[in-house]
Formats: sequence, C-alpha cells, structure tokens
Amino acid sequence: MSNVAERVKKIVVEHLGVEADKVTDTASFIDDLGADSLDTVELVMAFEEEFSVEIPDDAAEKILTVKDAIEFIEKANG
Amino acid sequence: MFDLNGKCALVTGASGGIGGAVARALYARGAKVALSGTRREALEALAAELGDRAFVTPANLSDAESVAALIPAAEAAMGQVDILVNNAGLTRDTLAMRLKDEDWDAVIRVNLTSSFQLARACLKGMMKRRFGRIISVTSIVGVTGNPGQTNYAASKAGLIGMSKSLAAEVASRGITVNCVAPGFIATAMTDALPDAQKEKLNAGIPMGRMGSSEDIAAAVLYLASAEAGYVTGQTLHVNGGMAMI
Repeated sequence: MSNVAERVKKIVVEHLGVEADKVTDTASFIDDLGADSLDTVELVMAFEEEFSVEIPDDAAEKILTVKDAIEFIEKANG
Repeated sequence: MFDLNGKCALVTGASGGIGGAVARALYARGAKVALSGTRREALEALAAELGDRAFVTPANLSDAESVAALIPAAEAAMGQVDILVNNAGLTRDTLAMRLKDEDWDAVIRVNLTSSFQLARACLKGMMKRRFGRIISVTSIVGVTGNPGQTNYAASKAGLIGMSKSLAAEVASRGITVNCVAPGFIATAMTDALPDAQKEKLNAGIPMGRMGSSEDIAAAVLYLASAEAGYVTGQTLHVNGGMAMI
C-alpha cells in the first residue's frame, strides 16, 4: 500500500469515525462509510491540507470512493 | 454570560449607526473586531475609540473583487473569522413602476449577494473549528413589505431564506446562522423628520418610540454568543412590537 493510500485512509478513519478495516479501496464514502454530503466536502478539505493539493469543485464531485481520492492525489502530486 | 474573549468578529457597514453599535458591543465583550465599510476615516475613528483589538478592513461590497478580498483581509488582521455580521446595506427607494434595473441590481448585490459571498468565504474555517456565527441584519420590511422598497424588501427577505438554508447545511458543525430584523431605528435620518411625522410613526409602535442602534446590537451580541448555540435559522425581530411575527 502506497504512502498516499495510508494517509488517505487515516484521514477517512479519523474524520468519519469508522473502523479502519471498513476503509477499503472500493468503499464509497456515502454508501459504505455513512458520510453525508457535508462530510465529503470536509474530507476533500482535509485531503487538500494533508497533501497540499488544490481539488477543484468539479474534480471533488467525482471523488466518491477511497480509491478515487488516492488516484486523484497520486496524479496531482505525480 | 455572552463572553467573546478569543473570538474574532467581522462587522460590515461598521461606519454606520447600527454597525458601529454592533462593533462596540462585540468589542466590549472581549472580541477582536474587524471594521468594514466604505468610509475609511470613519472606520479609523471607531477603531481608535475602541482600542488595540479593533482593525480596519475597508471594502466596497458593490465590487466583486473587493468582496472577495474582505475575508482574507479580516483573517490576516485577526487570525480567523468566528463571527460574521452582515450589516452593510443600501436603499434605492422608489415605486416599482419607476424602479430601474440598475437600482434593483445594486441593492440586491450589496445587501444579499455580498452577504452570501462573505458567508461562503468564512465557512471553511468555521467548519474546521466547529464554531461559527453568521448574523445578517435584515429588516421588518423583508417580512411585511413596504411600498417604495420592492428591491430593498426583496434583498432583506432573501437574507432570511438564505440564512435558513445555510443554517440547515452547517448546524451539525457548530455553526449557527440567524437574522436580526430591526423595525424603526432612530438614526440621523429619522432625527431630521418633522415632529408631527415622528409622532405618527411612533403611534404605530406599541412601545411608543423608535428603537436605538444599541437595541439591535444587543440582539446581535446574543446571537453571537456561546449561549445562543442552540438557536439557528431564526429571525429575531427587534421592533418595539410594531409587527408581531
């Protein structure tokens, strides 16, 4: 597991208060991890801060799963 | 009660009567206060009167760039914005049949659009800190209507609807969003009215007199306080009983 993936999952666990083993790559923030729409906005804010990236609104709307977030950040920082 | 030590407040329209009273009330409870308005000299005089927790952040809310720069300027001055008081407002009164598009747009832009934009710019920090107070000074006419003020009343009613929607969005993050709706408030403008007209106005107010800027400031202070943390999406009418809603 890449460093980015570990850090993303840590943020998700802390922010949504879910068990770490539920935060799989394919887990959907809303459907599987119980996030509401405001939680997803806050997650994006937290990712921006952690990884010093700018996530524009249209990209943020497409980040629905843990994997989406990891891929966006790896691409942005790549 | 109502201690604001450590809190940072931005007050728009702080060079006016109500805005100045709001700034004084928040400052007196310990808040840092950023004073915004178009008249820099008046803001500086107020800042000098208040003391070292007051900062001057002028802005012209009819100008989009100036609006966009205001929250960053207030954050640079104070560190953060915990309390936003959307108080700035203007009127362009005339009968609807004579109301020009530009006068409609100007009033909506300053009174409503800039208030939303400032609120939106504050939200990120408020959400992170799990605390925020967004208070908009609306008007009794936003609820009752008033001939000659279609634009102004629309902007003030708009603030109420905006505040309710935003309140529902961010309540779970410790942010409250409310309005204060003044009735007739004694200002330089109402002082100039002839006595006979003042008496007529006062006859329509159960309290028998106009309100003061301090009456409005007290309502804003309450909504800004930790004690009002369970009050959100509300409009607090301060009008001497003139309209009971």
